[in-house]
Amino acid sequence: MPEITLVEAVNLALARAMADDATVLVLGEDVGVDGGVFRATNGLLKRFGKERVLDTPLAENVIAGMSVGLAAQGFRPVAEIQFSGFIYPTIDQLANHASRLRTRTRGRLTCPMVVRSPSGGGIRAVEHHSESPEAMFAHIPGLRVVVPSSPARAYGLLLAAIRDPDPVVFLEPTRLYRASREEVDDDGMALPLDRCFVLREGTDITLVTWGATTKEVLAAADTLAAEGVSAEVIDVATLKPLDTDGVLESVAKTGRCVIVHEAPVTCGVGAEIAARIAERGLVSLLAPIERVAGWDTVMPLYRLEQQYLPSEARILAAVRRVLAYQ
Amino acid sequence: MPSAERIEELLETRRDVGATPVARFEIRYSRYLDPKGNPVRPLPDFARDPGELVSLYRGMVLARRFDAKAVALQRTGRLGTFASSLGQEAVSVGVASAMRADDVLLPSFREHGGQLLRGVSPVELLLFWGGDERGSDFAEACEDFPVCVPVGTHAPHAVGVALAFKLRREKRVAACIFGDGATSKGDVAEALNVAGVWNLPAVFLINNNHWAISVPVSQQTAAETLAQKAISAGIEGEQVDGNDVIAVREATARALAKARAGGGPHLIEALTYRLGDHTTADDASRYRSGPDVSAHWAEDPITRLRNYLVAERLWGKTDEEKLLGEVSGAIERAAETYLATPPQGPETIFDYTYERLPKDLVEQREAALGAVQR
Ligand SMILES: Cc1ncc(C[n+]2csc(CCOP(=O)(O)OP(=O)(O)O)c2C)c(N)n1
Ligand SMILES: [Mg+2]
Repeated sequence: MPEITLVEAVNLALARAMADDATVLVLGEDVGVDGGVFRATNGLLKRFGKERVLDTPLAENVIAGMSVGLAAQGFRPVAEIQFSGFIYPTIDQLANHASRLRTRTRGRLTCPMVVRSPSGGGIRAVEHHSESPEAMFAHIPGLRVVVPSSPARAYGLLLAAIRDPDPVVFLEPTRLYRASREEVDDDGMALPLDRCFVLREGTDITLVTWGATTKEVLAAADTLAAEGVSAEVIDVATLKPLDTDGVLESVAKTGRCVIVHEAPVTCGVGAEIAARIAERGLVSLLAPIERVAGWDTVMPLYRLEQQYLPSEARILAAVRRVLAYQ
Repeated sequence: MPSAERIEELLETRRDVGATPVARFEIRYSRYLDPKGNPVRPLPDFARDPGELVSLYRGMVLARRFDAKAVALQRTGRLGTFASSLGQEAVSVGVASAMRADDVLLPSFREHGGQLLRGVSPVELLLFWGGDERGSDFAEACEDFPVCVPVGTHAPHAVGVALAFKLRREKRVAACIFGDGATSKGDVAEALNVAGVWNLPAVFLINNNHWAISVPVSQQTAAETLAQKAISAGIEGEQVDGNDVIAVREATARALAKARAGGGPHLIEALTYRLGDHTTADDASRYRSGPDVSAHWAEDPITRLRNYLVAERLWGKTDEEKLLGEVSGAIERAAETYLATPPQGPETIFDYTYERLPKDLVEQREAALGAVQR
């Protein structure tokens, strides 16, 4: 089994989905000849031809909007939005159409489409290339929002997203695209959506996160282990719908929780997770929940991005406060 | 505003007479019947068949009856806010009459006539405007898109539908109707542009009723025509008299035939006039004068075609009475069915959000049902 990066796993899943199902199409800016600016669609044009891999004009709204039309006609479009900062025009189509076509036609027309986009900071990118917009999509009823955090999960979750009968926003952490390699079996097996993953079992505190910050959180868990603290690490993976039970089970065991994400803290998905713990798991809490997240600021240009992104040090500081709480 | 002379002067100084012209464009306007119903040029072939003309006439009369009934229901508290197509019936009826059953219509919210002609039932339309999603679950025309309320956002869908047809090598066309206001939007421009690049089987039709709520088309664009928006997308554009159903139908039929044969997309601007308020929630007297509006009644598409039919001895008083009786009966029966349709159960708020209901929603659904039962 080959060891591949996360972006290669995305590519592998796209190829697998296209090979398995002739209705799967890939479309977006530079996805064809160029293979995508991050090479996520590399080789697909050559293998599947220009009727399945479409280089679109530079127009995000119509990329999402034509995907709605294609999906209503029985295709499964997988649209790439080149960078997360340019995903906002798709929100009109996702909120007003993709997410509600099934509801408003009582199932007559449906919208099995995926919008993929790189997301998040940490790669010293130019302005508007480092944002984490997941909460904006998670607020939209009828959408699924998925963020993978490893090559294997990227492969399995993307397959699930493409096969899902409803629209999915799939945000790929740019920082993890080539950060590590992992063996990924191209077995065509999808991972379950709507389910979180326990990345590391522990008993003293629950660390809840997703996407790129799994890296810092796992590092923090290692540091804590060396100090004799057993941290459980949960990768939420599907932010909408949220697997509340998965988080609650862990918090019931540990009694303490820190939530970590890169997006701005206010109205971030962390707030929803904290609210659900407060609603249903309050009695098992031994300490207040803390959130370690991006600040409520404009994403800084890259010289300061490390001061914006949740660091292992910030995570550890929060964990220590939560552990110390009597 | 600078004076006309000053503008000429400015143009003169800017015009580089030594430069070579590299592109030229023109927009044509077509009409077959003048407002009185007199032919101004030989009618197209289809118009030699009286049956075709009568069915166009019937389609417009049905649309007008439907509108009148819907407005009456709204005024008496039995229907939600409604957008009437009074005076604009020729546009969507002309478009729909040229379409094949397996083409797909993507309408805005003012195209009831066309939708009815496509087989959407008046009960369904009333249900939609009466706040019931089942109104968009069409029993016929079941690939057609539902009414699109966010202005112009359905133009990109037409691109996707047309692309689907092209990829499957089907001889079908997506027909998309939107208003003059919609032409100011980026998504409409994006859609026209992609359709052009990919030579898609899509026909876009601008229902230019000269108003976007209170904003006249002169405040919408500095372009002489809306049809010329096609030019920048590299596709053909033309203008038709949108109150001449023969002109709308003929232009649409040509555009559809071209698209079906692989000739690519087309933009038609149909010039009409909104005789009524924007919707039942609007009071147009705030922004336009009664006499101005009344003058436009002289252009009424229904009277125009009737005058022609009568002059050609294809239509008489008994035909008219019979048609009105039949159409009114159909609309009345539809209204009765609509009014007798009980609302959906509260569980249906949830049941179509996803194909499989996620656990969160299962719980919320139970809570909602519990709250209702209490
Ligand atoms: C994107 C969007 N903006 C604003 C509105 C509110 N609105 C509804 S209809 C309308 C005017 C539309 O004008 P036009 O496109 O000419 O269509 P018409 O109503 O004349 O048929 C406006 C502003 C809307 N529905 N969608
Ligand atoms: Mg208008």
